[in-house]
Amino acid sequence: MSEKKLNQAKDETLSRRQLIVRRFFRNKSAVFGLGTLLFITALAVLGPYLTPWTWDLSKENGLDFNAFIDSPYGGGLTAPSFDDGHYFGTSQVGGDVFAQTIRGLQKSLLIGLLVAVFSTSIAAIVGATAGYLMGRTDKGLMWLVDLLLVLPSFLILAILSRWYQSSGWLLLVVLLAAFNWMITARIVRSVSMSLRERDFIRAARYMGVPTRKIISKHLIPNMASLLIIDGTLNVGGAILSETGLSYLGFGVRAPDVSLGSLIAEGTASALTYPWLFMFSGGLLILTVLAISLIGDGLRDAFDPGSKSGRKS
Amino acid sequence: MGFIAKRFANFLLLVIIATTAGYLLAASALNPRENFLGRNPPVPENTINSILTQVNMNDQDPVLQRYGTWVGGVVKGDLGKTIFSESVNEEFKNRIWVSFRLLILGSILGAVFGVLIGVISAVRQYKFFDRTFGYSSYIILSTPVFLIAILLKFFAVFINEKLGFTLFYTVGLNTPEISGFELFVNSLQHMILPTLSLTLGGIAFYSRWQRNSMLDVLGSDHLRTARAKGLTKRQALFKHGLRVAVLPMATFFAYSFGLLIAGAAFTESIFGWYGMGEWFIRAVNTNDINSVSAIVLFTAILVLFAGFLADVLTAALDPRVRIR
Repeated sequence: MSEKKLNQAKDETLSRRQLIVRRFFRNKSAVFGLGTLLFITALAVLGPYLTPWTWDLSKENGLDFNAFIDSPYGGGLTAPSFDDGHYFGTSQVGGDVFAQTIRGLQKSLLIGLLVAVFSTSIAAIVGATAGYLMGRTDKGLMWLVDLLLVLPSFLILAILSRWYQSSGWLLLVVLLAAFNWMITARIVRSVSMSLRERDFIRAARYMGVPTRKIISKHLIPNMASLLIIDGTLNVGGAILSETGLSYLGFGVRAPDVSLGSLIAEGTASALTYPWLFMFSGGLLILTVLAISLIGDGLRDAFDPGSKSGRKS
Repeated sequence: MGFIAKRFANFLLLVIIATTAGYLLAASALNPRENFLGRNPPVPENTINSILTQVNMNDQDPVLQRYGTWVGGVVKGDLGKTIFSESVNEEFKNRIWVSFRLLILGSILGAVFGVLIGVISAVRQYKFFDRTFGYSSYIILSTPVFLIAILLKFFAVFINEKLGFTLFYTVGLNTPEISGFELFVNSLQHMILPTLSLTLGGIAFYSRWQRNSMLDVLGSDHLRTARAKGLTKRQALFKHGLRVAVLPMATFFAYSFGLLIAGAAFTESIFGWYGMGEWFIRAVNTNDINSVSAIVLFTAILVLFAGFLADVLTAALDPRVRIR
């Protein structure tokens, strides 16, 4: 092969990536989503440095006793204002809503991200194994998927809430991931079933490459775009599941906070003191919206021909 | 016939396994003994044990033995006793219709309006209708059910204030001590918000998928053939397009039913409906193993029934499936 041709090939591999990036950035809603998510992430990371108050009510800066004196509403409630440093107001006990919202945002983002990484990995492994091996393995694994889909994950997680609430939020992440991978696994499976008939997989098989290696080195890398898209969308789904559980007291629990538990606390008096839940609720919607816009933008960028989005 | 029988056998097996798993998880994760500890005056251990044994929740008995007792009752139609020594069956009967109303209306309205909006959006792609509903469904799908419910409540109170009388009620099933037509209207006023908060998500969900599926069909060969043989666009769409485009929705119907049940738990607790979802939350919080298991059984049956229905519907609409 001449050097010229090689260079051309190099250009083409480069240009595919460039093409995807260009397509993504030409998509207005995807760029809006990315901008919003970057802003929200920056807020979550930098937020604690913007306020003298802390989310932890047991700490020195957790409660503002002046709020009790200033409050026109009774208790420690004060409306949002920049003068006294409570950008989002204060709660009934005098806690700073801004500091708590930032903490909740951090927690929800972190949980969403971790759950998406775990559940997409499980989905990739199970789906690819089932689709590649077919036969009995496939039947067994798909039956497991069916079984896990019978009971809404919300039900199981609520029942198990005692376990993970006593042993910390990392177990919550593991359990959320354990009941969140099934639908992605089905999609991965159907893609693997068509990939396994392709020449490069066949060649690898006939060369005696072991199954585990074919799946990890040939099948999964070839579904990278699908996994990236689904992984992104799973972040939003995971955040919704987590906040839902926390809203009912089955997820992240006091003293720690998540966006869900903050909204739950705020709703009791949502009509009279809207700042108690407005910001956490707004940030939650904005985060999930931004993530789904990015996910759909990625899909359009990777595969501009697809109209039907996720094929199952 | 063989198709349906086979699906039904699988259906039964999954219900049994799911319920067993549900019972065992609940029995090991929930701790009914907790309810009696820390009381003042303290409850004697013997009393606790005898109460727990009576309701078949004593953690000193082996789990499998308790499970055996529970199954023995369930087979005979007895779901056991709640932690408060009341009949689970009674509670079940009182609550099931509350939830059913919500679930049936929610699923049907969600599917029907979702499919309708999806089809129109596809036919009028990139027009005003498509864009409006496209963006709205994005926002709705990013909003958890509980937030939709709270915002609707907000909105309803605002409207009521503007109108000067109560158009939307935000708590309960109906106002007590009324009857006849008045009761009917009153129940409707109570029903609008909970049903809406459950339905909006469904509409957004179905409309997005239906739009995609309809777009695929619109570009397909068989629709062009239908036009070529002389059908008008409308005839071709309704006779040949819609049937194919609705097919994938049947599968989503089964999946989304589980989500709907979870959503009902939020809606019911926010709007003060004493249905199955609200019961579930209460049962988990009071370590009520038998009630939790009864709800798990109910959910498994509903979800699988929805799946079964989806299969039968697919077979009815798509002759290719029946041959397999």
